[in-house]
Amino acid sequence: MKKIYVQEEWCLKCRLCEYVCAYANSGCENIVFALKNRPISPRITVEDDGKICFAVSCRHCDDPSCLKGCISGAISKADGVVRIDKNKCVGCLTCVLSCPYGAISVGPEGTATKCELCIGNAGGTPMCVRFCPNRAIICE
Amino acid sequence: MSMKYVIIGNSIASTGCIEGIRATDKDGSITVIGAEPHHVYGRPLISYLLEGKTDLERIKYRPDDFYEVNKCEFLSGVRAVKIDLKDKVVETENGGTIPYDKLLIATGSRPFVPRITGLEKYEYHTFMTLDDALRLDKKIRETANAKVLIIGAGLIGLKCAEALRKYASKITVVDMADRVLPSILDAEGAEIIKKHLEANGVDFVLSTAANLDDFKFDILCVCAGVIPETGLAKAAGLEVGRGIFIDDRAATTAIDVYAAGDCTESVSGVTGARGATPILPNAYIQGETAGINMAGGRAVCDKYIPMNAIGFFGKHILTAGVYDGETVTVKRDGGFKKLFIKDGLLKGYIFIDDFKRAGIYTALIRDKTDLSGIDSDALADDISLARVYKKNRRDEILKKTDLRGQGV
Amino acid sequence: MPINYEDNIYEVIRNRERCINCRVCERQCANLVHKYSAETGEMVSDSMTCVDCQRCVSLCPTKALKIIKNINTYRDNANWSESAIKSLYKQAESGGVLLSSMGTPEPYPVYWDKILINASQVTNPSIDPLREPMETRVSLSRRPQNVERDGEGNIVNTIKNALTLSVPIMFSAMSYGSISYNAHKSLAIAAKKLGIFYNTGEGGLHRDFYEYGANTIVQVASGRFGVYKDYLDAGAAVEIKMGQGAKPGIGGHLPGEKIVDDVSKTRMIPKGTDAISPAPHHDIYSIEDLRQLVFSLKEATNYTKPVIVKIAAVHNIAAIASGIARSGADIIAIDGFRGGTGAAPTRIRDNVGIPVELALACVDTRLREEGIRNDIALVVGGSIRNSADIVKAVALGADAVYIATGALLALGCHLCRSCHLGKCNWGIATQNPELVKRLNPETGSVRLINLVTAWKHEIEEMMGGMGINSIEALRGNRLMLRGIGLTNKELEILGIYHAGE
Repeated sequence: MKKIYVQEEWCLKCRLCEYVCAYANSGCENIVFALKNRPISPRITVEDDGKICFAVSCRHCDDPSCLKGCISGAISKADGVVRIDKNKCVGCLTCVLSCPYGAISVGPEGTATKCELCIGNAGGTPMCVRFCPNRAIICE
Repeated sequence: MSMKYVIIGNSIASTGCIEGIRATDKDGSITVIGAEPHHVYGRPLISYLLEGKTDLERIKYRPDDFYEVNKCEFLSGVRAVKIDLKDKVVETENGGTIPYDKLLIATGSRPFVPRITGLEKYEYHTFMTLDDALRLDKKIRETANAKVLIIGAGLIGLKCAEALRKYASKITVVDMADRVLPSILDAEGAEIIKKHLEANGVDFVLSTAANLDDFKFDILCVCAGVIPETGLAKAAGLEVGRGIFIDDRAATTAIDVYAAGDCTESVSGVTGARGATPILPNAYIQGETAGINMAGGRAVCDKYIPMNAIGFFGKHILTAGVYDGETVTVKRDGGFKKLFIKDGLLKGYIFIDDFKRAGIYTALIRDKTDLSGIDSDALADDISLARVYKKNRRDEILKKTDLRGQGV
Repeated sequence: MPINYEDNIYEVIRNRERCINCRVCERQCANLVHKYSAETGEMVSDSMTCVDCQRCVSLCPTKALKIIKNINTYRDNANWSESAIKSLYKQAESGGVLLSSMGTPEPYPVYWDKILINASQVTNPSIDPLREPMETRVSLSRRPQNVERDGEGNIVNTIKNALTLSVPIMFSAMSYGSISYNAHKSLAIAAKKLGIFYNTGEGGLHRDFYEYGANTIVQVASGRFGVYKDYLDAGAAVEIKMGQGAKPGIGGHLPGEKIVDDVSKTRMIPKGTDAISPAPHHDIYSIEDLRQLVFSLKEATNYTKPVIVKIAAVHNIAAIASGIARSGADIIAIDGFRGGTGAAPTRIRDNVGIPVELALACVDTRLREEGIRNDIALVVGGSIRNSADIVKAVALGADAVYIATGALLALGCHLCRSCHLGKCNWGIATQNPELVKRLNPETGSVRLINLVTAWKHEIEEMMGGMGINSIEALRGNRLMLRGIGLTNKELEILGIYHAGE
């Protein structure tokens, strides 16, 4: 299964990935409607610590501590993708507490959200990968 | 010759064990002896059930076909009464004997009911199992404008209070301690939560040994904590302290017998302390570790630290580690964030409504990452991997490997 | 405060309905045009510093931006155009020479566009390049006048030190310093994968790029920056730069700000000092002097590498080329005046030199007339924009072409012509590390490879149309060309008939 990797020497901290991610997961067809005048919940975060910058999203760990800590059984892993069933998630945030990458956040509905490699969205390639202007995010 | 695995208990540790066994051994027979007549569910979810935020379908910890897919025989509603180490059999209350090659004890805990003045005069509820929740649900629906008295201002008591709030006319929580959630919060954090709960209609009587005759109530809930369920293990002659003692492979002192979850105690590889860390993630990981080892694989778990994520009326509390060392506190946008730092190591934290990327802090505690070069204010501000992992970041964090079990 | 006569040339138009305040434009603009206003909660743009590089437009996720010409209008005047007036204001303000970048934007005739290519019909069948072999490989070297055979009748190969190209295209000189490390790396990778050559320009060769030596032409220019034995040995050929199309007759000037760490090391000059290339080579005052340098370089490289002499297309080009052909050089590179550069004085760029098409035609003609065309290979550059330009150049007599502006465009350049400001938002003409990293050579090289590959296909298709299956057979085949809308004199110089003739 493909994973997302970042090549930090090429990250421009433009943060396009955050916006296209939020768009991809908004369920909205139009990017303007999806992102304008509303808080957005990207599942990828650009870290910027002065000289170092790179995007971080779920690593889909071999040994996912979010999955093991989930109190409701909402997190599962199949075909290499760790997913959160928001129908089962009760928003306790144990996964936020557990993820060593800080890759899980609270979505608009109060449930935990994270990168699911855009498998539920149109197109095969994750949006952040597709739209990274400098190939700083790759999927392989 | 295929192995016979027997698991006493049917909760999170058992699930971890089943999945651990099946990761290694696809064929051995697995028998799960569950005293509760329910599909496996997450205990902490009972308050959400009571509150109506989940239901009997969604509360299931694994899909309906879980036992079938994993080829388990699930003895639902059957209680184990004896472990015979010599003959390697488990006896059940209905007279059955179940032979095992490898045994997991995952008996969990039971509610602790302290001595309370006047308790003998009243019917009371505990709040630990699904049946407890269903009983309480029935009761609160039958009782209009109920006045509820809860003994215990810990995690269970307060979750119970939150769940019942919308049904009750008055909720009072009594505790001997001088603050709420003493197991996870310091005084400052506790005060924030207490005020928030009060604002949501929960009254407190703290620093008080309850005398039930002093209170008017329709429903009484005793939520004074839990104690490990170690009876079977003790009777079988295993080493038992407060919990059943296990090593880092989740093995007990008896051959071919493992234990996992709330019924155990162990030595933390992080803090060096021996004791119980009865939290759900540990139950799963211990169970899984036991399962892998029972099936002949090799797994180790000892990176225990206390940690908790819990919320009340929309306010989230995330805590981890121990509260030892110098503190750095950040208060912004209604949130509260406190770090405990000692000898260049992060020891613990308390986050209330300011918890972005909290897991990075948790990993710092667990991995004892050296932070001596990093300004503690910067650490308390917005955390990032870039800030705390200076070397090896490229290879270890962003490339092919996962963090767990790796010193960064 | 005195009145500021300067006026913004462009205007940033932001569609407020589409702008989501993501601030990508702000983060990507090195000219600080865009800014988020916390007060109004909206983006504001200061068009004054906008150079119309289109970076923000390209990256805006909602396509909320466009950049238009400032429509603020001066009173019409055919003689004193607005740009003429503005230039004058600028100089009245600064007292300095006007600087600009890339090739001239002035509307001089582009002869490529006035030349048409032939195709076969009926009598001489065209060739389908998808079905039949098509040779685009060329070899740049001095060629023998006669075929020699040994006692058994086998052809004796007397060709020495040829540069062999898979397509008659090379990336022309752009120095490390004027363009970024990543731009150089992109060119180097692409040249290697394509089987062609790129050119160091006069900035020396970064240590990291020695591994691409087999596809590198190392340049020796009047400043001699970065020239030493290893450098000469590293390349596949050595180019002596006598002149450059965009600024014939003058030297170069790379400002001290661009002489950062590695650039200083590569050029072998102190950090922060201006790198000034003199206008002439101080050791060359005649063809004989040039011959000396050619042979010095051959001697230094043990006669293993061809030497190229690059000159700007100027009035007397044919005679100059004739001299060079006799200097011992293997290749002449002619740079036309529409060619680009990192920075040049505007007046020179826009007024000095001649178009490369005419230079090429007259040089090829002259060398043939003198019977020395085979003594030297001919490479032309300076405004090659597409594959048809290449086909025309070859038919006019070129062995190969140099492309630079085209290569930069492939790397993302939007021809904003602000290279001299050092704040290239595309990471090409800059040494600012934050900007340099915007060009990932992994993607840059792929785009270059795509471009050249696409052009190769098109060249094959045009050759096939003419019934020609080898680019060698097209070289100097001016019958394949016809002029359109050209005067008799122009046709005479180009050595082609008018369409219909």
